[in-house]
Parts: sequence; C-alpha cells; structure tokens
Amino acid sequence: MSLKITREKIKNFLVDKIEEISGQNVFDCYQCGICSSGCPVTDYMDYSPNQVIRLLQLGSVDEILNSKTIWICSTCLQCSTRCPKGIEVAKVMEALRTINLRQREGTLKPEDIKSKELKDLPPIALVSAFRKLTG
Amino acid sequence: MKSGYFPGCTLKTNAKHFEDSAMQVMEVLGHPLEEMENWICCGTVFSMTTDDLMLQLASIRNLLRAENQGYDELITLCSMCYNTLKRAKEFILNDEENLRKVNDFMYKEDSKFKGTTDVVHLLSILKDRITFEEIKNKVTKPLTDLKIGAYYGCLLVRPKELAIDDFEDPTIMEELVDTLGGEGVVFPYRLECCGAYQTIIEKDVTVKRTYEIINSARNAGCEALITSCPLCAFNLDQRQKETSEEFLEFSTMPVFYFTELMAIALGLKWNKDWKKLHYIDPVPLLKEKGLI
Repeated sequence: MSLKITREKIKNFLVDKIEEISGQNVFDCYQCGICSSGCPVTDYMDYSPNQVIRLLQLGSVDEILNSKTIWICSTCLQCSTRCPKGIEVAKVMEALRTINLRQREGTLKPEDIKSKELKDLPPIALVSAFRKLTG
Repeated sequence: MKSGYFPGCTLKTNAKHFEDSAMQVMEVLGHPLEEMENWICCGTVFSMTTDDLMLQLASIRNLLRAENQGYDELITLCSMCYNTLKRAKEFILNDEENLRKVNDFMYKEDSKFKGTTDVVHLLSILKDRITFEEIKNKVTKPLTDLKIGAYYGCLLVRPKELAIDDFEDPTIMEELVDTLGGEGVVFPYRLECCGAYQTIIEKDVTVKRTYEIINSARNAGCEALITSCPLCAFNLDQRQKETSEEFLEFSTMPVFYFTELMAIALGLKWNKDWKKLHYIDPVPLLKEKGLI
C-alpha cells in the first residue's frame, strides 16, 4: 500500500504559514539529502536540514520549532543553491526562526554577551546576530 | 558613470585596514573611491522572509540616498553589504506592492525609490572595468613565492543569481593573486561558511569552522588567506586564538583583506596601523618574502 503525503492531508496551519513566509513548497522535497551533505554545520544540529523538511511534510512542526537546528543554521545558502528541486531550504529555516521570534524571545540575549567580548566583536557580527537571533 | 563607495558598519572600525588599503589602491589605479554621504548600516544580513518589509528598509534607504546623490552605482568592499544591498533591491523592485509600501514608509526622504543605482563589488570593478592586465602593469613589488588561498565564503557567490563569478568554482580572487605575482592556491573549503554570526553565541561552531578551513588551506599549500568579508576575517583571524587553545596541534595562518596585498604589490607602504587590526601577525611572513 502506498501512502501519499499531501498538503491537504496534513492540513497544518503552521506548515502553511511557514510556506507563506518562506515562499517555498516543502512538499516538493523527495529527500535526496543533498542539502544535508553540503551543510557545514550539521555536526551541531539535532535534525539535519532534510529531516527538517521531512518533519514539515508530516506536520510535526512543534518538534522543529523547538529544535536547535534552526538556530545553528547560519544562512550560508549552500542548501538553497544545490537543491535539485529548487527548494530554498535556508528560507524555510528563516521562516522557522521567524515564527519563533514573532511569538517569543530569540536565542540571543544582549545581556549575556560579556563586556570583555563585546569590546572585541566587530559591528558586523553584532548586527547580523541581532537581526537573525532576536525578536 | 558616477560611482559611489558604500563603506558599511565595520569598514570604519575593525576593518579600517580594508578601507584604507582599498582607498590607496584605487587611487593608484586611477579610480579613486568617493564615499557616498549620509549612509547607514545596510543591516548586514538579508531578511529572507516574504512578509516583513521593515527588514529591507535600511538597505533601500541607502540605495535611495545614493540615487538622490546621483550615483549610477554603489561599490562595496564588504561581501555582506554587497549581498544585502543587492538582494534587497531586487526583492523590492520585483514586486510593485512592495515598492509602493516601502516608498509610503519612507515619505520623509527626498524622493521615491526607483532602483536606478546598481550595487557592485570592488572585485568585479577590478576585473571587469580596470582589468587584471592593467593592474599587472602597475605591479612594482610582485608577491613572488607567496602562496595565497582565496577564501570566498558565502555571500560573494550565493545565491547564484548575484554571484560575482561561478557560484561553485570561482577563480576571480585566485586570478587577482596571480596578477599580483603571487600564487593563487585553490583549496577545498574556500566556499564553506565560517559560521558567521554564530561567533557570538555558538563560538564553538566558528572555532571548529576556522580549524577546518585553515587546515584545508594549509594542506593545499597556502601560506596565508585573503578575504573580502569582515565577519569571515574576524572568524578566521581573531578566532584562531580560541582555535589554538582548543586544538593543540593547530598552527596559525595570517588572514588578509585582498586589498592589503594589492597595496603591497602596487608599491604602497605597509601601514603599521594595519598590523594592530590583525590577530595573527602577518609581518613575519611578509618579511620572509621580502615584501616589507
């Protein structure tokens, strides 16, 4: 018996929202895994990029919204440029972060940056981290 | 063609040597950089959300001001400024509704944003407008016997629509090194992310990336790296401190902005102030090669 996963069967508001914010169709993914093989930071992730897309297809959004993966992604765009189905995985990661950031705090708390470190950090590091990791 | 120079946040501080050397180099090449007025930080990273135009405004405001100052193009030195300004421009111009909304929001600016100013990276100007042949003619102190790895990172080559060269196999920076009389060495990790802004809360990630990237370069025979991104430079240079503490067998490598090596090759004086902005001291290598 074959089981076909479709958006209609999953009917998940958050999956629709993630697709809207990212402009990507996650149901296009056929799990080749090239996004994960090119990703330079999978060592630090709890779900690899292709697993994130798979969980979205299955409607397991909470699992991903609470994952470490979406915050470790550094938007290097390697996955997006290599996906044979044209899915911009980095945009999906951004949408997942965005949903978190619009509801609660991000992972970066300014008060946690030690003043000793702050002295050495270039503006480009601070601005980019605040833009990606704070709400 | 009127060209403006867009510095961005870090070129006036931690990457001052990038700006200084680029200014001097462009003067020698007969294309002095003219800084645009009243610029603000571009935001450093492009927001990939389709529904939040606020995050595009810093970039668009810069482009609008450049338009009003009569610039046909804005030249950036920083890879992140290049990427962010260029993507913001395309994102807003490709959608009439977005264009209308950002213009409504920026009603206090002198005019409406039209998108007439191009965004160009300095490397493209060097290759396409000045040409490497012309630069070669002006080299007075060739970087003989210096093996340099060009670290592109992410944002000069991705997304592929705005890559300054082939997005999987660029050669522009290696060609530049060859032009300066050095040897541009291709190494495997030259397009791999340095960990970017993870350097603040996930320092381990950037330390491991630095370890892998520098080792990859060393194994390919590089003696130093060049880059055009101040965040890559911070991670690859300053983070070698933590990398050396974490990986005891790690041996360090100097990291330059490409314009610093251009300045040396074009016969300009190595500025001692630049040394302070490096973590790994490049002076011993430059002395060994007879370049300073």
